[in-house]
Amino acid sequence: MAEEIRAKKKKKRSLSQRRAMKGFIFILPWLIGFIWFYVRSIIMTVQFSFSELSVNPGGGYTLEFVGLDKFIYAFRAHASYKQVLTTSIGNMLIDVPLIIFFSLFMAMLLNRKFKGRTLVRAIFFLPVILNSDAISAAMDLARSMMSGGISNSAAELAETASGSGVGLEYYIQMFTSLGLPDVIIEYVSGAVGRISDIINASGVQIIIFIAALQSIPGSMYEVAKIEGATAYETFWKVTFPMVMPHIITNVVYTVVDSFTESEVVELAYTTAFQYFDYGLSSVFSLVSTLVTCLILVIVCRLIQKRTFYYN
Amino acid sequence: MEKQKTKFSVQGVKGGIAAMKADTQFTNDRLRWISNVKGFVLGLFRFVLIIGVCYVILGPVLGIISSSFFSDTDNYNPMVYMIPQEPTLYRYQLALQYLDYWKTMGSSLLYSLSLMVIQVLICSMVGYGFARFNFPGKNILFACVVVMIVIPTNTIMLPLYMTFSNFDVFGIIKAATGAPLNLLSTPVPVYIMTLFGCGLRSGLYIYMFNQFFRGLPKEIEEAAFVDGAGTWYTYFRIMLVNAMPSVITVAIFSMVWQYNDTFYAKLFLVSDDIVISKKISTIEASISNVEKILDPNILELFLDAGIVLIMIPVVLIYVALQKQFIEGVERSGIVG
Repeated sequence: MAEEIRAKKKKKRSLSQRRAMKGFIFILPWLIGFIWFYVRSIIMTVQFSFSELSVNPGGGYTLEFVGLDKFIYAFRAHASYKQVLTTSIGNMLIDVPLIIFFSLFMAMLLNRKFKGRTLVRAIFFLPVILNSDAISAAMDLARSMMSGGISNSAAELAETASGSGVGLEYYIQMFTSLGLPDVIIEYVSGAVGRISDIINASGVQIIIFIAALQSIPGSMYEVAKIEGATAYETFWKVTFPMVMPHIITNVVYTVVDSFTESEVVELAYTTAFQYFDYGLSSVFSLVSTLVTCLILVIVCRLIQKRTFYYN
Repeated sequence: MEKQKTKFSVQGVKGGIAAMKADTQFTNDRLRWISNVKGFVLGLFRFVLIIGVCYVILGPVLGIISSSFFSDTDNYNPMVYMIPQEPTLYRYQLALQYLDYWKTMGSSLLYSLSLMVIQVLICSMVGYGFARFNFPGKNILFACVVVMIVIPTNTIMLPLYMTFSNFDVFGIIKAATGAPLNLLSTPVPVYIMTLFGCGLRSGLYIYMFNQFFRGLPKEIEEAAFVDGAGTWYTYFRIMLVNAMPSVITVAIFSMVWQYNDTFYAKLFLVSDDIVISKKISTIEASISNVEKILDPNILELFLDAGIVLIMIPVVLIYVALQKQFIEGVERSGIVG
């Protein structure tokens, strides 16, 4: 009896329905995991952030609804959250364009054929391989130990550079007297000071850009050459529009990456596991995630408007 | 008199220039020379830049390697830079001992290798499901994969911690044993999450596999279907074999990142003996306690030796497979 029904059911399904079933089975493990770990956890995080959580001695926990108290505390009373959040976001906004342009530039350099290219590419990708917490902490120490001009902040850089006879301050003064706005000078000198961070953060981006550059059909460059375009024009009219879609990929990757390593995350971690204030920690991570997502959406909209899709 | 002379010479020069302009051979040579110089200067610029950036990347690594050979006197001697005067292997000796290197390394490699296998299997399956089948709600579900990439794990770390400290599936475990399981301080949570496609950066791998499978020609599968191969046979014996570059890329990524990961290990309190990159952070403290070495500068040298030791397997894998790896990223992966 049961088999008959099953057979009938089987007959009724069309080929496309059966394909759909199979596809569903393929993604099923992920779907379960996504609902179980992500959807449920996000809902729980929201819940935690509106309540006072106390862990029961026998296991489990109880929630007591406190409304917006935790949010108000985080923004009005907490000693460092506002400051940490703004500096993290500020650093992110400064670093992302630098990383994107640096990696595009490096990708264009590495895309040409020269001797030892494989070796150089391998070296550029090394920071991605060695991105463990312990290793990077020791790397920072080693970097300051070896400080042959490259150090953590621009101020230190100015000192060491003037010590070695280059005199960065002299250049800064020169540019100021040239009438360049202070903001730009500060930005550039800050970028120079952080060059090692930027280089270490752009391994994956460089590889993505190299792949993008290689996917540009060579005929386009031929046309540009025949029409008499200079290298500068070729870059802005051919190369840049063609890699534009990948800039979005890279921006998303960079923003997420820099958020994962920012101080906000650390603050949320210590609040939860050292001070055991789970609700406050949830507020911290929730707010910073929302801000990050907002930034991502805005930036992607801005870029997407100007993006040209080849296909 | 002098005026005339200059006039003459100016005329002479002008004439000379005209003659030169007429001489096409000379003009060609000149242009070629200019472009050669231009090429040389640009090449030099590129060379210097690349060397500089490579130095920034390799500098700290070299610094760590060299200082791991420093003896105490080298460390205090301000004249010593990079090359130790009295190299010693003492740092390595103690680091090996306190890391319990071979045992920890073995279990650490086993841990990341097994997770890598699960990761590749599950993520390629899900990626294939998204790339080749049509089912209702597919686009929304794929958007969920992107959400998974974008939302950092840190946002959901607390609920995950809670979930695994009182682990239960629909109350079954509670009904069977009387209390929900506490899975913390074992590696089980990481395995469970990876098995359900939510492990370390699984979203990224699913995305990469999806892009790759979409690029493969449909005719392969149609031929297999006509020849009577079932879906699973097609997937395991045909598609997965064709996706080898992508498989290698994801395998190395997941292996290396899992090996380096301390976030999950810290969150789920996985034992130091399984995760060597977590154990390394305690090496300074334990050496200082037992050996009574109190100078932080000296302790740092032990840390350097330990870091060289844990970097070795990763670097070996990378050097052996780097060509397939980088080409794999370029061809198969993230770029659509």
